[in-house]
Amino acid sequence: MAIVFQKPKALLDVPFTYCPGCTHGIIHRLVAETIDELGIEGHTVGVAPVGCAVMNYNFFACDMVQAPHGRAPAVATGLKRAIPTNIVFTYQGDGDLAAIGTAETVHAAARGENITIIFVNNAIYGMTGGQMAPTSLPNQVTQTTPYGRDTSYSGYPIRVCEMLATLDGTALAQRVTVDNVKNVLNAKKAIKKAFTYQIEKKGFSIVEVLSTCPTNWGLDAQESLQWLRDNMIPYYPLGVYKDIVDVKEDSK
Amino acid sequence: MAKVLMKGNEALAEAAIMSGCRHFFGYPITPQTELAAYMSKKMPKIGGVYLQAESEIAAINMVLGASAAGKRAMTSSSSPGISLKSEGISYIAGSDLPAVIVNVQRGGPGLGGIQPSQADYWQATRATGHGDFHLLVYAPSTVQEMMDLVTLAFDNADKYRMPVMILSDGMLGQMMEPVEIKQAVESVQVEKTWAACGHGDKRSHNVVNSLYLTPQSLEALVKERFKKYETIKQEEQKADEYMTEDADIIIVAYGASSRISRTAVNMARKEGIKAGLIRPVTLWPYPDMYIEKHIPHTKAFLCVEMSMGQMVDDVRLSVNGRRPVAFYGRTGGIIPSPEEVLTEIRKITGGMK
Repeated sequence: MAIVFQKPKALLDVPFTYCPGCTHGIIHRLVAETIDELGIEGHTVGVAPVGCAVMNYNFFACDMVQAPHGRAPAVATGLKRAIPTNIVFTYQGDGDLAAIGTAETVHAAARGENITIIFVNNAIYGMTGGQMAPTSLPNQVTQTTPYGRDTSYSGYPIRVCEMLATLDGTALAQRVTVDNVKNVLNAKKAIKKAFTYQIEKKGFSIVEVLSTCPTNWGLDAQESLQWLRDNMIPYYPLGVYKDIVDVKEDSK
Repeated sequence: MAKVLMKGNEALAEAAIMSGCRHFFGYPITPQTELAAYMSKKMPKIGGVYLQAESEIAAINMVLGASAAGKRAMTSSSSPGISLKSEGISYIAGSDLPAVIVNVQRGGPGLGGIQPSQADYWQATRATGHGDFHLLVYAPSTVQEMMDLVTLAFDNADKYRMPVMILSDGMLGQMMEPVEIKQAVESVQVEKTWAACGHGDKRSHNVVNSLYLTPQSLEALVKERFKKYETIKQEEQKADEYMTEDADIIIVAYGASSRISRTAVNMARKEGIKAGLIRPVTLWPYPDMYIEKHIPHTKAFLCVEMSMGQMVDDVRLSVNGRRPVAFYGRTGGIIPSPEEVLTEIRKITGGMK
């Protein structure tokens, strides 16, 4: 019998630790499919963040390192500089990447560090129970903004791809989401492009994936996807913010 | 072999390269500057990596990454920078990774000063980061010893899979002395089957991790680590002794202050005072067996430090109330003079019967 669908080899056969309806599972699958299709599992090393995805060192079949909160790009830099022929990726949430790890993220991009970052943005700290994140939207109610995020007091959300696109070392900065089939396929293409750029030594690549947190948003899976479409996408428009290959083609 | 004149900080760097370290991650801070500068000059010529990180925090995490990949990795800093590295050092210890961290101490707390100090003893031996763990801590007192201890540091970091600190100070880092570059020193390289270097489709995946959510697992792991620490306490204690055999009073001092104390011992001997010196080379494990053997004949101990009194805690623990333990120290970047130490010796021995 022909196999029409199966778990990617780069995902181990262990249960995820994510909440029902959360999109981490889809994103893990896209990363694993990419590793399978590029045939790179044997020389790929992943870096797990602190946050909901912390235990993904148990999920990905490649070698894995668990980094301190926010430090994944620095750990990835050490791994990559140690063995430049390896493919090194980090998988980080918004609190990890855009708050405590802002310096590590920005400088890895500025150095043109030849690594790939999968940035999962769900506008909230999930693991710790739903506090305001650097990407929480204006007026968004969280555990630590119970009256809504007041931008005059707590400041504004950070648009990571737009910021990193200004740096010369960034080869690819693209924002995608996984709320429907078309967007999932598009996200897969972006992730595969990011890994391919690393293989081709093009420099720093980041794919920001707008994601959901049904548990801490207080919504069910369907409602969460709708909330993402209604609130997150308008503030964080999908698209390619930097692609050095496009730039080169445009300049011809 | 011919000797060459080297600065302490440069000797640390050259010794690391000789010990097979090809991955150095730094961040500028006085007075460790020459170490990073030396690395930035040498590493590109030998196919190594010198990378200037965006912070001490990033630098120690780059060390974590390179070490996780199975490579000998090093970082260096001075006191305030070591505070920033503490988080990463705790993760390195919790992940059972080898690494060598150099602290060229300066005065503190806070931004403190940039002159030599020994005020990070507690930090190095008690609390470089959160959690139950130890670093192996070496305290050189000459430029030659800086070279020799770096090789031992890398070997023992690999052997015991733990972070090792070289606790130096601004005086040792900045001064020049003739050193013998022992090309023949054979560093012991071990196979790192645990490394996250890519499984090559030949084994199941390796995970480098410090997260253990089940309390029983975490306790078991920490206890396993402490068993290793007990072995280290038995096997790795190192100290140097000077005129201790017949000493009535023994000074205990490490690093820069041990050099001052040695001069003070000579001055005391000229006056007929039977003084001696124990110079700890390992600060953790603390070389208590060297103190123990002199308890029967020694009347008093005097701990001399460039701090308000930190190592004196370990001297007291080793002596355990059996003899008086006095302390003399200067802090804030001031190096005590031999005369000051001699005055303290006279005070103690004057009251002896």
